Amino acid sequence: MAVRLRGVTKTYDSGVTALGPLDLDVARGEFISLLGPSGCGKSTALRLIAGLAAPSSGTVEVARSSAEARGTHSIGFVFQEPTLMPWANVWENVRLPLKLAHMPVADADERIGKALAQVGLSEFVQSYPRELSGGMKMRVSLARALVTDPDILLMDEPFAALDEITRFRLNNDLLALWRNLGKTVIFVTHSVFESVYLSQRVVVMTARPGRIGSEFRIDAGEPRGEEFRTSADYAGFCRTVSNALAPSYEGRVGA
Amino acid sequence: MRLVLPIVVLAAGLGLWEFVVRFYDIQPYVLPAPSLIFRTLIEDWGILSASLATTLITTLEGFVAAAIGGIALALLFNQSKLLEYSLFPYAVVLQVTPVIAIAPLLLIYLPQEAAVVVCAWIVAFFPVLSNTTLGLNSVDRNLAGLFQLYQASPLQTLCYLKLPSALPYILGGLRIAGGLSLIGAVVAEIAAGSAGAGSGLAYRIAESGYRLNIPRMFAALLLLSVAGIVIYGLLALVSHLVLRRWHESALGKES
Repeated sequence: MAVRLRGVTKTYDSGVTALGPLDLDVARGEFISLLGPSGCGKSTALRLIAGLAAPSSGTVEVARSSAEARGTHSIGFVFQEPTLMPWANVWENVRLPLKLAHMPVADADERIGKALAQVGLSEFVQSYPRELSGGMKMRVSLARALVTDPDILLMDEPFAALDEITRFRLNNDLLALWRNLGKTVIFVTHSVFESVYLSQRVVVMTARPGRIGSEFRIDAGEPRGEEFRTSADYAGFCRTVSNALAPSYEGRVGA
Repeated sequence: MRLVLPIVVLAAGLGLWEFVVRFYDIQPYVLPAPSLIFRTLIEDWGILSASLATTLITTLEGFVAAAIGGIALALLFNQSKLLEYSLFPYAVVLQVTPVIAIAPLLLIYLPQEAAVVVCAWIVAFFPVLSNTTLGLNSVDRNLAGLFQLYQASPLQTLCYLKLPSALPYILGGLRIAGGLSLIGAVVAEIAAGSAGAGSGLAYRIAESGYRLNIPRMFAALLLLSVAGIVIYGLLALVSHLVLRRWHESALGKES
């Protein structure tokens, strides 16, 4: 098991209960999507798993084995925005996690080169974030998350702000990376189509407070590609998941 | 156009001035003609340049003290709320009390050279302090989360995140401080006046006033404003060079 949540709730200082209670198990190497309307606490769940916030009650367990044994960080996080340092070029941005961990420069350089090659940005190491397109910035952000070779990749609506063509391409690249690297991926999104396309399991959440409404296993042939996106199976899965999501946007104000 | 028009205005103004003085035969101790001021500038260059050097050194000392003091105080305030709440009101008090009123007091308690530098510091440090504080508080929240995720030490967060984020603000503060430290130095020299043993430009203006050497007053004044313009230009240039690769303020229109 890579991540295990038991009875997790999160109540903010304002008294709003954003999440839970929530139970969730994520297997090692699994690609899981948390799907739900805005404000259903899916991003909060991700921040709790990352340790960026503490749960109000319940337990969050994250397997911290192989990556930490290798001396690097076990969790990679990709935010909704690229969240790059505007004053540093691509290379330095990707280097950040290693610099913070005091990794020797020679080791670090090799890893950075590899991470940038994985996202196809080897030619842009000297560029500054403002010189890159939205999709390329997101790739840098992804490379930065991968550079520590984490066991778990947490992604918070990473492609939500991108145009559809760029998003499709990044979806395919992400799937290829996941197949090659065998990481556990927890992917937060509000797009039914994206969640079905990418994940092995889709967890539909309800709003206020965020709880698990239903779960779907997406059993589709691997590797998935553009032909899956246009298949009847895909359309069927999307219909099922959409129906499960429907209560949360029917007649609920503010959801 | 933006360069030519002010020069045309300047030439026209000087021409009119020269004409009026000659036409009405105004005596130099009432209003000297521009040509006379210019001749005085060259003839008295020995005295004036020594005074200019004195004032500039004072200004530089005040500016450096203000930069170090302002940034250091902002960093302290950023680390400790206790310190900020205890001391910030006094920084404001120091700022809002007119320096011309403080200068005579300082001259009583401090040797004149020190008093002049302290005056320059008092007027110049506040913009650095408040701008740096603003900058340190304007760090991108997601980036801060990223540093937290990778367990950055407080020192790493300061060096790699907070200071670079605050840099545009700090440079803005320094740009204001440059002009203000010149004003502070001049005010203190004026306050010391003829009683002082000073030899700065402001002292030269006061002294020339008593001697009815009006052309020299104008020449010294001209030097002061040129010094102010040069200081501002230098700081703006430094700011541009440091920020040009990444900050919005330094980018051209096309990008």
